Amino acid sequence: MVMLDEVVVYQRPQSLEECATHYCPGCTHGVAHRLIAEVIDEMGLRERMIGVASVGCSVFAYNYFDFDFVQAPHGRAPAMATGIKRVLPDRIVMTYQGDGDMASIGMGEIVHAAARGENITVFFLNNANYGMTGGQMAPTTLPGQQTTSSPKGRDVETQGYPVRASELLATLEGASYVVRRSLHDPKNIRMAKKAIRTAFEVQVRGLGFSMIELLSICPTNWGMTPVQSLHWLEEHMIPYYPIGDYKVHPIVAELKI
Amino acid sequence: MARELWKGNNAIAEAAVRAGLQAYFGYPITPQTELLEYLSARMPELGRAFVQAESELGAINMVYGAACTGARVMTSSSSPGISLMMEGISYIAGTEVPIVLVDVMRGGPGLGNIAPAQSDYNQIVHGGGHGDYNAIVLAPASIQESVDLTYEAFDLAEKYRAITVILIDGSIGQMMEPAEMPPMRPLKTEYPDWAVRGMVEHPGERRVLSSIYLDPPDEEAANLRMLRRWQQVEANEVRFKGYYLEDARFVVVGFGSAGRVALSAVRAARAEGIPVGLLRPITLKPFPVKALDELAQRVEGILVVEMNSGQMLEDVRRVVGGRVPVEFYGRLGGIIPMPDEVLEEIRRLSREPLTQDGHPRDRWLARMPRSN
Repeated sequence: MVMLDEVVVYQRPQSLEECATHYCPGCTHGVAHRLIAEVIDEMGLRERMIGVASVGCSVFAYNYFDFDFVQAPHGRAPAMATGIKRVLPDRIVMTYQGDGDMASIGMGEIVHAAARGENITVFFLNNANYGMTGGQMAPTTLPGQQTTSSPKGRDVETQGYPVRASELLATLEGASYVVRRSLHDPKNIRMAKKAIRTAFEVQVRGLGFSMIELLSICPTNWGMTPVQSLHWLEEHMIPYYPIGDYKVHPIVAELKI
Repeated sequence: MARELWKGNNAIAEAAVRAGLQAYFGYPITPQTELLEYLSARMPELGRAFVQAESELGAINMVYGAACTGARVMTSSSSPGISLMMEGISYIAGTEVPIVLVDVMRGGPGLGNIAPAQSDYNQIVHGGGHGDYNAIVLAPASIQESVDLTYEAFDLAEKYRAITVILIDGSIGQMMEPAEMPPMRPLKTEYPDWAVRGMVEHPGERRVLSSIYLDPPDEEAANLRMLRRWQQVEANEVRFKGYYLEDARFVVVGFGSAGRVALSAVRAARAEGIPVGLLRPITLKPFPVKALDELAQRVEGILVVEMNSGQMLEDVRRVVGGRVPVEFYGRLGGIIPMPDEVLEEIRRLSREPLTQDGHPRDRWLARMPRSN
């Protein structure tokens, strides 16, 4: 009888705690966490990492990522990250923020961190609503989309239009790498991972501000099954928030990753 | 080091640099702006961190981030900007990370004006941000005292993991006086065991700093821990200066510029033979309760002088507890009282029969002119 050696080909990244999360079943935060943790492991950055958690569903991100973390007031993560990076420039500093946190209450902080070319990496999870507080209208809520605070659907006449954060930040000279990816299918998840890798490479090489927008689902607050949510993202979110590279500095474009 | 002519804001900035300031984050606002301007040149020259933030909100959260690494960090602002910072101040207090904050007060409320005032007393001394917390509040009355207290403020902040506030009015920030700078301290190289600096500096030990205690018993325990630490501050760090108190039958209480003007008035009153002294609190928090309590047992009347509508007055009344009459004199909206005005109040205190009826603020208000 021949005994085959068992080889581990897939396991929990070291940068991810072995614990249950508070995220709802089907939520793509888990996918985003895993991708980020995998890249950190692959690049050997864990010991140098300092994360900044935000306010929203990802408020407890520090319980799930297995490296140093601080927890910011609502929207202020890019400012806290700036303070950390300026005193410890050789650490790798990331924020992990939702759409309400970053694109609404924290719009001032994110725009100016990008304008300064702050050498930090921002993960921006866009699920088109305020998840933690129970599904209210966010700056990213689509026209006509029903939420608990736009019960008849977002009326652009009175509630305005959704913010395209990647396109907006891409206009800033200080931003080196700003892209939008989606977490709704394996192909897009692989593309997202590559972008996460590029963003960390940008920071490691001191090339300035990087942000990855990740289109995400919120089955609980959207009132759909996870599978329905993935389809809804593809059909409704991607047309308004196209996947793409919005700012790639020429030096970043030359990186071999 | 020789005595040199220093502007208050610049002097505080240089004293902070010499105390080992590693990072400064700020935003322009009169009458504090020279502090930011001075450090915009001085910090980069020394290879230390300086960022002009997009707002006071940005500045205080940059301070928060840097403080989480255990670095010596400071910001400064003036009244309306301090209001904006209150969110971050509460988070910093709740996370128990040390910072130094300079408030160069101006007239308010609202946009107010840019003239000197002491109207942030309640906001700074009695909170301002949400939740239960205590900050050490130092109130210098001269440039030299501003230098000395700034130099020490970082040690106090680190010792007690507390916010330490240098609370001055715009006149101290703007005026020039001779002052001697302390020697340059080396930057710190060792950090406390709570500092989040990446596991590369504390191998095998993951650190997290936050102000969240989701379970109420944990939040209560955190509050009690902070309160017990604050008791140590109250026991060890009370500072004040007394002038002519030994034989005083009357006492003036005033801090900062108002205390300094009051000292001129007390000296003039002494020249007239009025047995009056001055108690000038240097720590507004912890308040010099014992010193005032002792005076309340032996003087005949107390006059509180402030550049606000009687904010410290309430703390004085709480300590005095109705044992002796308390009177109040304040100027508002950016006006510094003249020594002659305070002298007249001292004369009134020593001459007229004192009453315990009503509130001293009402009696003062009745004496103030009506403009409309």
